[in-house]
Amino acid sequence: MSEAIRKIPEDLWSGREELEVLTFDIAGEMFALEAVKVQEILDLLPETTVPGAKRFVGSVINFRGKVIPLADIRLAFGMEATKTTIDSRIIVIELEIEEEPTLVGIRTDKVNEVTTLMKAAGEPPPSVGMRWRPDFIDCLVRRDGEFIIIPNLHTIFSAQHERSHQLTQA
Amino acid sequence: MSFPDPIAVFRTEAAELLEQIEAGLLDLNHDLADKEQVDAVFRGLHTLKGSGAMFGFEALAAFTHHCETAFDQVRKGIVPATHDLVTAVLNATDHMRALIETPDGDHGAMSETLLGRLRTAVAAAGLPEAPAPAAAAPATAQDAPVAASGLTTYRIHFSLPVNAMANGTNPVGLLNELRDLGACTIRADRSRVPALDDLVATDLHVCWDIELATEAPRSAIEDVFIFVMDEMELSVEPVGAPEDARAAPAAAAPQAPAREEAIMPAPVASAPPVAATAAPRAAPAPLPEARQAKSAENVRVPAERLDELMDRVGELVIAQSRLSQLANASADLQLRAVSEDVERLSGELRDTMMVLRMVPVAQLFSRFRRLVHDLAIETGKKIELITEGETTEVDKSVVERLADPLVHLVRNSCDHGLETPEERLAQGKPAAGRIFLSARQQAGEVIITIKDDGRGISRDHVRAKAESSGLIAPNAALSDQELLQLIFQPGFSTAQQVTNLSGRGVGMDVVKRTIDALRGTINVVSHTGEGSEISLAIPLTLAIIDGLLVRVGSGRYVIPLSAVEECLELSIEEDMRSRGRSFISLRDSLVPFIRLRDLFMTGTKPDPFQKVVVISTGAERVGLVVDQIIGDHQTVIKGMSKLHHDVATFSGATILGDGGVALILDVGHLVTAGQQQEAQLRAAG
Amino acid sequence: MTASILTVDDSASIRLTTRVALSNAGYKVTEAVDGLDGISKLKGGQYDLIVTDLNMPGMDGLTMIRELRKLPAHMGVPVIFLTTESDAGIKQEAKAAGATGWLTKPFDPESLVKIVRKVLGK
Repeated sequence: MSEAIRKIPEDLWSGREELEVLTFDIAGEMFALEAVKVQEILDLLPETTVPGAKRFVGSVINFRGKVIPLADIRLAFGMEATKTTIDSRIIVIELEIEEEPTLVGIRTDKVNEVTTLMKAAGEPPPSVGMRWRPDFIDCLVRRDGEFIIIPNLHTIFSAQHERSHQLTQA
Repeated sequence: MSFPDPIAVFRTEAAELLEQIEAGLLDLNHDLADKEQVDAVFRGLHTLKGSGAMFGFEALAAFTHHCETAFDQVRKGIVPATHDLVTAVLNATDHMRALIETPDGDHGAMSETLLGRLRTAVAAAGLPEAPAPAAAAPATAQDAPVAASGLTTYRIHFSLPVNAMANGTNPVGLLNELRDLGACTIRADRSRVPALDDLVATDLHVCWDIELATEAPRSAIEDVFIFVMDEMELSVEPVGAPEDARAAPAAAAPQAPAREEAIMPAPVASAPPVAATAAPRAAPAPLPEARQAKSAENVRVPAERLDELMDRVGELVIAQSRLSQLANASADLQLRAVSEDVERLSGELRDTMMVLRMVPVAQLFSRFRRLVHDLAIETGKKIELITEGETTEVDKSVVERLADPLVHLVRNSCDHGLETPEERLAQGKPAAGRIFLSARQQAGEVIITIKDDGRGISRDHVRAKAESSGLIAPNAALSDQELLQLIFQPGFSTAQQVTNLSGRGVGMDVVKRTIDALRGTINVVSHTGEGSEISLAIPLTLAIIDGLLVRVGSGRYVIPLSAVEECLELSIEEDMRSRGRSFISLRDSLVPFIRLRDLFMTGTKPDPFQKVVVISTGAERVGLVVDQIIGDHQTVIKGMSKLHHDVATFSGATILGDGGVALILDVGHLVTAGQQQEAQLRAAG
Repeated sequence: MTASILTVDDSASIRLTTRVALSNAGYKVTEAVDGLDGISKLKGGQYDLIVTDLNMPGMDGLTMIRELRKLPAHMGVPVIFLTTESDAGIKQEAKAAGATGWLTKPFDPESLVKIVRKVLGK
C-alpha cells in the first residue's frame, strides 16, 4: 500500500524550470508546497481531538461541512508541537491516501506568500547534517541566502500511515 | 442541456427487465396457465429486444428475439407453456446478461447451445396448432384470389415524393416490410435521378419495382405504405398464376441490410406474418385497477446526485441549527419566527430526502427466488421460498450492501439448514423445506429475517468445531447466544462435508463484517430439529442517525440512539464503590462498563454527577460513563479519512450546530471492548 | 411557441433517446411510461404531438389512441407510432385508430425529428 503512495510523486519539476509555490514557516524553517495543490488557507478553527489517533493527525476540523484530519508535520519529525500564535494558519491540501483523494489540513506557524522557485536553484537534501529526515524532503531551493524546504508529503503521510498500521497489528 | 448516457440508462433498464422477466418465469413455473405472467414475460423480452437493438446490442437483440418469438407463440396459444420451455428461457436470461455485459465478447457458441435447448423445448411442447388464417382473415373483395398453394405474385411499383427522406420516411424500411411478406425481387429504378450537379443529397429520386410472391392479401401490401400512401404513387398488380416463388432469387436489393431468419421450429417459422393479424389478438383490454400502481411516473437519477443532494441537505441542517442557536439567544421575535420556519422546512426537506433514497427490499428479494430455484436443483432438495414484507423500504446504499450477505445466508440455509426430502419425511416433516425471507421496519431499523424449517444448528458441532479450531478453550463456559455467534467467526464452518455451495469456511465472517459495517446487528435463534432463524437489524439509513450527544472531558461525542438502552446517574458513592471494578449492578444483572474519560485520556476531573449510558448490541450490554448528557441530536454522518481508519472507537463524525465536530462512537467496537475488559479482569481476579 | 410533445414508452432508454433527439430539435418533451400514464398526462396538459410505443404493459398504444380520440380536447392530436412492430395488420389498425405516422425501431433519431417536423408542419 505504502509502495503505491511512494510511486505517485512524479518528479517534482516534471520538466519545468520554475515552480509556483506557497511558502510557509514551521518551527523556524521556511517550507514550500506547489501552489496548485493548495486548496485553501484557513485561520485556526476549533479542533476536535480524536482520542486514540496518532498525535501527528491527532485532531479533525470542520472544513466547509467536511470533517478533515489536521496534521502537524513537526510531530512527524519527532519535534514538539509549538504553541499557536496569531499568525498560525491551516493550509488545506489534497493528498492521495490509499488511492483515495483526501483533504488534509496542515498546521503552519505562518503563511508567507505565493512565489516562483527556480529549478536551477534547487539541490537534493543533504544526507547528513539536517534535523529533518532526508527522505521526507523532495528538495531544497536556495533563495536570498536561505533554503526553502519542499517536503515530500507523500512520504511523510505514508510513513505515518504505515506506522499506525503496525501499531494496530501489534 | 445535459442528458445521462443512454447506454448506461439502457443497462440499468435491462437489468430491471431481466429481473422482471425472471420473476415472471419463476411464477410461471408454479402456474403454467398464468396468462398474465406469459404476457409480462413476453413484454419484457420484447422491450429488451427493441431497446437492445436501439443501442447497438445487436447480439442481445438477435438472441432475445428468439426467446420473444417463443413466448409470442405461447401468448397466442400456439405453443403451450411447459416447465422445459420456461427453464430454457430462464437459462437464456443469464446469457442475456452476459450479452449486455460484454457485447463484443465471443458468445456465439453459447447462444447456439441455449437456442438449441429453446428449440427442443418448443418442439417438445407438442405439435403447435396450425393457425387458421383463412378463417379469421378480414377477407375483402379487393383481395387477390388465394390459390391452393397460397402464393400469389404481385408486381409492385412505387415512388415516393422527392422530399420523403427529408420528412423521415425510410424507403429501406418499407422494402424490408415487403420482404417480410414473402420472397421479393427488388429493382431500383434510377431513371429519374438527375445529373450529379443538380442532385440534392437528401432528395429521393429513385423508384422501385418489386416482384413479391406472398400468401398475404393485397391489402397487406398496401398496408405497408399506409402512412405514406397519400403522397406516393403505388400500383399493386397480381401477375400470372400463383407459383412457388421461394426459389426465386431474393438478392437484388443492394442497400437492404441482411435480416435474420427465425430459427423457431419449422411449423412455427413458416406461419406467415399475416397469421399474426388473423390469430385472435389478445384483446387490448387493459386492467386499469391492477395497473394503477405501476403507472406512477419514475425519474431515474444517478445515485451520486442523490448523495450530493444529501450532502447539501446535511449542510443545510447544520446551518439551520446554528441559526436556531442565534435566534434563541436573541430577543428579536421576527428572527425567531423565521428561524422556526427554516427549522421546520429543513426538517421536512431532510425527511423528503431520506424518502428519496429509500427503495423497497423487493428488489433485493426478487433475486432470491432464482437463487433458491437453482439451489434446489443443485442440492436435489425441495425448497420453497416464502417472502414477506417486500414493500419495506431501506436506504438504497443499504440494499446494495445487503445483497451479498443475504445471498450467503440463504445459501447457507438451503445447503446446511434444510434436510433432504427423505430425511424430512422420516422426521414427519413435509418433503419440501421452507425458507422464509421477511423484512419489516421497527423503530429506525429494518429487520431482515432468514428462517428455515430445517435441522437447526447443532450446538455440539459448533462447540467441537470451535474447540478444534482454537476459537474457544475446551469446555469454555459460553451462553447459548455466544455459542451460536461463533458461526460468524473467521474460518468457522459447520459443514460436515465441504460442498460447493457454502462449506468453504468463508462467508459467514464476511456476513458479520458487512453487517457490522452497516452498524447492524445479527441475532441467531435455533432449535434442533425445528430450524434456525437469523435476524439482521440494520439502520434504515446510513446517512443520518438519531444520536445522543454526550460530553466527556471537553470533547463532545455522539452515541447512536438506536443502541442506547437507558441512561443512569452514577452517584459519587457508586463511583467510589466501583473503583477497581469494571461492572456496575443494573437491577438484577451486572453490566460491564467503560469510563470514557479514562479511555480517551482526557486528563480532566470527572463531573460530580456522571452518567452511565447503557448501550447494547443484541444481547450484549455495556455501560459508558460520560460526564454529561447534552441531549438528542440528529446527526448527518460524515466519514473519517483513511488517516483515522486505525481508530476503531469511532465510526464517523458529525458537525454540530456551532460548527464544531463531534465523533460518533462505534457501538459494536465498544461493546466488544467492554466484554473483553470484563473477561480480562475476571481472569485476573 | 415551442411545440410540446408527449413521448410514451415503457423503456426508459427509448424515452431518453426520444427526449434527447426532440429536445435538441427544440421541442418541449414530456414522458409517460405507458398508455394509462399517457392519458393522464394528456388530461393534465396540452400537447401538439404524441410519439408512442405500441406494446406496453398497462395500456398499449392502440388503446391509448382510441381513448384519447374520445377526449374532446385531444381528439385532434397527431400520433406517431415508434415501435418494433412493422406488421401490416397492426399498421392498419393504427391508421384506423387515427395514427399519423409510423417509425420502426431501432430508429434513427434524425428520422424521428424529420417525421415530427413534417407532422407539425415546420
